[in-house]
Amino acid sequence: MAHAHESNSKRIWTVFGILSVITIVEVALGIIKPESMMALVLGMKILNWIFIILTLVKAYYIAWAFMHLEGEKGSFRWSIVLPLLILIPYLAFILLVEGNYIHDVYSQGYISWDF
Amino acid sequence: MEATVTTGTEEKVWGGGNQPLSVSYGKMMMWFFIVSDALTFSGFLVAYGFSRFKFIETWPIADEVFTHFPFLHGVDAPMYYVAFMTFVLIFSSVTMVLAVDAGHHMKKSKVTLYMLLTIIGGAIFVGSQAWEWANFIKGEYGAVEMKSGRILQFVDANTGERLAIGDFAKPVHSDRETHTANEGVWFNSESSLPSHSIEEVKAGFEANPNIVVRTEKLDAEGKMTVLSRADSEERMKQAIMVVEGANLVHNEYGNRLFADFFFFITGFHGFHVFSGVVINVIIFFNVILGTYEKRGHYEMVEKVGLYWHFVDLVWVFVFTFFYLV
Repeated sequence: MAHAHESNSKRIWTVFGILSVITIVEVALGIIKPESMMALVLGMKILNWIFIILTLVKAYYIAWAFMHLEGEKGSFRWSIVLPLLILIPYLAFILLVEGNYIHDVYSQGYISWDF
Repeated sequence: MEATVTTGTEEKVWGGGNQPLSVSYGKMMMWFFIVSDALTFSGFLVAYGFSRFKFIETWPIADEVFTHFPFLHGVDAPMYYVAFMTFVLIFSSVTMVLAVDAGHHMKKSKVTLYMLLTIIGGAIFVGSQAWEWANFIKGEYGAVEMKSGRILQFVDANTGERLAIGDFAKPVHSDRETHTANEGVWFNSESSLPSHSIEEVKAGFEANPNIVVRTEKLDAEGKMTVLSRADSEERMKQAIMVVEGANLVHNEYGNRLFADFFFFITGFHGFHVFSGVVINVIIFFNVILGTYEKRGHYEMVEKVGLYWHFVDLVWVFVFTFFYLV
């Protein structure tokens, strides 16, 4: 309760607007699936990259504005965000590479899955 | 006093009531719980990604699985319902943060109103999820499972439309009945039989030459592969059982792991929303009773608010990785 509390309602509604617009864009893209976004960039469709980036933008606004991380001390903020930023991509990288490897083993004929 | 760093201040440092990061104990612990819970959820989602990468060519298409919208029967509405659920949750997050904001200004009536709206939003979300589960478990078209455990779905060869097994199954006389506990030599029973037996589906398939099957395998455009009639007949010889809907063992939509992850991830998230609603109700009554007015601050509202926003945050990721990507 250290910091002074002026009313944040304007900021809250702005963030709500941003989150709504992003969600609408995501749903629209998910339904239309534009042909131009099907090309692969770094092994993934552009469309999926857009989805993931938009999700991270949404997560940023929820954590910073709604959960009020922007008002916390920097040291506290990073003690929360950094472990997640390091561990989650690490875990995802390892398991997705492994999943891809197992897929290759399956598809090279050691296992028949469809009979 | 403050300029001289001597014994006096040291006593103050270790005497308690100190907040080195300017956060109270309760709020900090709520944050640390959220960090660990976030890692649990990422474990789930990454495991989903692992299995999906493993079966990338046969993974069910979410657009074709979640196509229902309330009161619109038979209308193909992919995504709209989940989008609606997402909005409900984001909006209840907004009312929650407004409640926290009102708490900072000690406006009891406003906190009460916003807490109530948050609870209603949460209840709508949990209800929507239950509805989504019910549709998923009930299934829509039905399919047959082959010896390999893979699914065959039925398509009209002329129109390309999906066919429900009830549309073409031919009645075949059978004495097979659901085995109940009171009829056997021992007290075991089986789950209810599907509405059409595999013999009926096979007879119906043979009688209608315009029916073909499609397999789990996705083609270059990401659609399930539709086989020719000759291939379909060949495949249908392997069919051993009828699958209607999805559960932890069988899944008419395709790979059964998809159903398992759907139940575990959305179920775990739904459980969080449910507990969030319960905690919000408790805090709501405390607000009405004036507990925080007496205490002089509404920090409890802030703490449950953190949890509530976290639930919303997780949903944003579940929405992306389960429904969009």
